[in-house]
Amino acid sequence: MRVVHPQILTAWRLDDGEAVYRGAGGWVRALEDATPFTGIEAAKAALEAAEADVAARVIVGPYLFDAAVERGVIRPLSARELIRAKGPTVRLDLGKQAAHLPARG
Amino acid sequence: MYRYDEFDARMVRERVAEFSGQVARRLAGELSEDEFKPLRLMNGLYLQLHAYMLRVAIPYGTLSSRQMRRLADIARRYDRGYGHFTTRQNIQFNWPKLADVPAILDALAEVEMHAIQTSGNCIRNVTADHFAGAAADEVEDPRILSEIIRQWSTFHPEFSFLPRKFKIAVTGSPQDRAAIRVHDIGIACIRNAAGEAGYQVFAGGGQGRTPMLAHCVGDFVSRDDILAFLEAVMRVYNEEGRRDNMYKARIKILVHQLGADEMRRRVEAEFAEIKAQGALHLPHAEYQRILSYFAPPPFADLPAVSATEGAARARDGAFAAFVAQNIFPHKVPGYASVSISLKPIGGIPGDADAAQMDAVAEIAARYSFDEIRVTHEQNLVLPHVRRDDLYAVWQALSAAGLATANIGLVTDIIACPGLDYCDLANARSISIAQDISTRFADPARQRDLGELKIKISGCINACGHHHVGHIGILGVDKKGVEHYQISLGGSAAEDASLGEIVGPAVTADSVADAIETIVDVYRAHRTGGERLLDTYRRVGAQPFKERLHAAHQH
Repeated sequence: MRVVHPQILTAWRLDDGEAVYRGAGGWVRALEDATPFTGIEAAKAALEAAEADVAARVIVGPYLFDAAVERGVIRPLSARELIRAKGPTVRLDLGKQAAHLPARG
Repeated sequence: MYRYDEFDARMVRERVAEFSGQVARRLAGELSEDEFKPLRLMNGLYLQLHAYMLRVAIPYGTLSSRQMRRLADIARRYDRGYGHFTTRQNIQFNWPKLADVPAILDALAEVEMHAIQTSGNCIRNVTADHFAGAAADEVEDPRILSEIIRQWSTFHPEFSFLPRKFKIAVTGSPQDRAAIRVHDIGIACIRNAAGEAGYQVFAGGGQGRTPMLAHCVGDFVSRDDILAFLEAVMRVYNEEGRRDNMYKARIKILVHQLGADEMRRRVEAEFAEIKAQGALHLPHAEYQRILSYFAPPPFADLPAVSATEGAARARDGAFAAFVAQNIFPHKVPGYASVSISLKPIGGIPGDADAAQMDAVAEIAARYSFDEIRVTHEQNLVLPHVRRDDLYAVWQALSAAGLATANIGLVTDIIACPGLDYCDLANARSISIAQDISTRFADPARQRDLGELKIKISGCINACGHHHVGHIGILGVDKKGVEHYQISLGGSAAEDASLGEIVGPAVTADSVADAIETIVDVYRAHRTGGERLLDTYRRVGAQPFKERLHAAHQH
């Protein structure tokens, strides 16, 4: 299968279930810090490698999703991943979009 | 209210200890996620879009003030200061940390609450009429049978691994406020010609991707026989329900495939066998024991009409509007049931913050014999309020932002969490509800439209009951863009029916316009005191389809 769109590797953090993304140095909380995979082999390899972090109890449920990358900005192609990357659209004080959240990860 | 006996208390404590150990083993790496997932689901813990979600059971929607205060404490201490009341009369916390869940369950156990059987392929929390024990039209308090079913079904080994989840609802009144025809089993408390108490039993209802109305499988089941009869239904389902395809595993599919008559025949045969063994009957003494927990509170002897209330209505129009919309007749003269809308204009249906939960607990303690109910329409109820106290209750509710006078109206919308929270959703629900609520905010316009039940689901699983909305809205994903299918003509009440899709799916920003179009057609065609549902049933879908098609053709 040909990868049409850049792939983002995501998962949930085990301890609080927050969405995390695979970045250059490890799992990151912000989608903007994720590393897009442009080839199917690289994306699949990263997904397989993530199983080690599942076993190490860092993350659960890793999967890939489609994104567009324009001028270095990552934009998920689904409403689901857009909302997951920010927080509830009906509560801007909650989730990643909330400025008061302590920096973690 | 029901109080735990020693068995209940021990059972819940043991389960909390067991799950605490499982969480510790998960965090220590002794359990893999594959091993842990079914265990956490058995304890109501899901992993949703942004975080874990803990679903707490509220049996038949009944809460004490102490329990409500504890929910507020949990919201403040372990969550983000609020909770979400659901269409199954439960509450969900959207942000718990995994390591905190044992402490939350401990805190719940202290007030006789838990999250057992709020997930998984078992008999889930039994739901009932939210006016139970109070409604003027009640035949029997449905909480008595609901509690008996809870005790019978909790950890029942034969029903712990059903083909799929199983939901039971009980109504104690001819007016069905528990949506019994869209449950796996629906039960109506009735009396036979001789005046004996018994139950009419329906089976095979459900929503989801294949909505079905339940069929009657028992016209009159005596009280003594009810558990044996329910066991017969469960046994037929457990033996013959499909396990190879989760989309065809609910009892509704079995009933549909067998046909209602054949289902009834099989249930009767199984029932006869269980009875012949004589193993399961509900002793009169046990029924009476459970009944005693639901004994009416010490009502005062009051005149039916309250001069205090009348005077307050005359001088305060906002209060009069609240009484007209949010008060339900009580079986005892001088009392009323008060519905607390969790649907403020533009708000999130079913959400209450910790301060509001505390306020409701305080008001219930002072004015409603300590009792609170959660409705399947995502509102709260103070079941037993003196009419003399209605004005004070309304003032206290107003101060807490809980006095929206819109029960049953166009802005009293059911909405599932949708794509703002839910991992299964395809589209948002809450934001659509907010758009419609804001569009129809004018109280006079709402009253003019009368009873109008809008129900919104963010995916085909139908947690938002869209199939039985007078107007139903279903969110679908079309190439990553949220779209909404609109249906008309559904009802979850005693006149139950399933809605019919009336036009092409529209985008999120067109939904409120489409509702306007539907309402315009209704107003043009309605006669007398017809509700939108009545008009639709009389004139059919065509006038609505034509206008929608013309208005939303792009």
